[in-house]
Amino acid sequence: MDLRLANVSHTYGETEVLRDINLDIPSGQIVCIVGPSGCGKSTLLRMLGGLEQPTSGEVLQLGTPLAGCLNPLTYVFQDFALLPWRSVRGNVALVLEDHGLDAAARARIIDDVLTRTKLTEFADALPKQLSGGMKQRVAIARALAVNPAVMLMDEPLSALDSQTRELLMDDLISLWTRQPFTAVYVTHNLAEAVRLGHKIVVLSRRPGQIREVVDLTTPLAERAYGDAALEAQQQHLWGLMREEAAAADAELIHV
Amino acid sequence: MSDTAHTTSRRVDFRGGGFAPKQRRGMGILVFVLLILFAEWGTRSGFITNLTLPRPSDVAMTFVELWQSGMLYKHLAPSLSRLAVGATLGALVGVGVGVMIGLFSYVRAGLVPLVAALFPIPKIALLPLFVIWFGIDEGSKYALIAFGTFTPTVVATYAAVDNVDRGLIRMGQSFGLSWWSIVRKIVLPGAMPGILSGLRISLAIAIILLVAAEMLGAEYGIGAYILEAGSLYDLERLFAGVVILSVLGVCVSAVIAAIETRVLRWRV
Repeated sequence: MDLRLANVSHTYGETEVLRDINLDIPSGQIVCIVGPSGCGKSTLLRMLGGLEQPTSGEVLQLGTPLAGCLNPLTYVFQDFALLPWRSVRGNVALVLEDHGLDAAARARIIDDVLTRTKLTEFADALPKQLSGGMKQRVAIARALAVNPAVMLMDEPLSALDSQTRELLMDDLISLWTRQPFTAVYVTHNLAEAVRLGHKIVVLSRRPGQIREVVDLTTPLAERAYGDAALEAQQQHLWGLMREEAAAADAELIHV
Repeated sequence: MSDTAHTTSRRVDFRGGGFAPKQRRGMGILVFVLLILFAEWGTRSGFITNLTLPRPSDVAMTFVELWQSGMLYKHLAPSLSRLAVGATLGALVGVGVGVMIGLFSYVRAGLVPLVAALFPIPKIALLPLFVIWFGIDEGSKYALIAFGTFTPTVVATYAAVDNVDRGLIRMGQSFGLSWWSIVRKIVLPGAMPGILSGLRISLAIAIILLVAAEMLGAEYGIGAYILEAGSLYDLERLFAGVVILSVLGVCVSAVIAAIETRVLRWRV
């Protein structure tokens, strides 16, 4: 299943947030959206998953999700959004409970995703016992459990320290390499974008418009930390964003 | 400054202590024991006259008498059942209405002003009305306690529902959970800390109203016992009654604390 944004524009009251966005998200790829703060990238992501409606334009699903997909458009949130009163297993179970699966099928799915995210031995821990990186792995496991057609990731690593971020990027790459998934990955961190993106969409400052779409052809598994070619790409992206970011930073906020 | 820097050395003063509450076991009991010992010593030595304060040992003797004569049970049983029925009724309806206010804008718009109007009414002033509505015996006492428990519970509950993390609710919606699932699995557990701390206050109010209701018309009950002792200026019996109420309050608070540690194990 592919996703398409067709002529999407959005305004909050007087403020124009997004202007005429056209974008295809092809299945099996990770599309990164980068841009200066306040450029509407999170708004764009909320529209893709149906949590917000664009003022004009349409968000389209092309084709139907595969059988066995319980929640086609699934988010991974920046603040993890785990229920603190449920164990790791309970948090994953939560999203399977409304789908009429029997207990054995649920247990099978939970065991599978916990194995894939290397969380099996923490199954009974409460979120308060876990580090930030572990919490986000639980959230990723929860997202994988519903077998999504598209994962919508809203700055999933931004709340983590930089070492944990590296570890989780490696985890995401190995998850993707074993079983490619489709994802839209919003971030303000260019290093994350060039490590994880097959396609990087650069947005301008508000009102957000697409400035450039960069395609990266190096396979994910071959992109290593500190790779020279990636550095060059990152430099190029920073060149695109630098002025936008500076201008966005200097803007007065009218709230 | 730099010339003399190495000539003298002194340890940097520690000034980061205090302002961090720690658990101190036994302090609460120690304060009670000291106060009682002081009163005992004062009344025995004549420093405090018997008219000012009854001797703690006499109060204890009265209490033992009360227990041995079986009157303790006779007074305590109706009081406890009134408290249980009235407070349960008020708390259940209060939590129910509070959750509805938290979830539905129309209910909120309709009921919040009503609750604000009911809250400041001294419920005891309505006892004659309740006697007419629900009868002179148990009915009016249940109603008074239930009504007094209801208003603070409602306010605490809807504030607690308002405070549930919206991010968690968005998460539930984004995974396609049903409305009822979101309420049951996200909103209610998320509101539980606020509801329980509201219940602490409501139940203390329930005890106060219990005594008030029994003072205004009951043959047996802690309130009736205290009223009778008070009108005879029998300070030993008065204090025995007051001690029972204090113990009751401590017990209720302990029960809620036990529920909190069980239900809110997940809290950081």
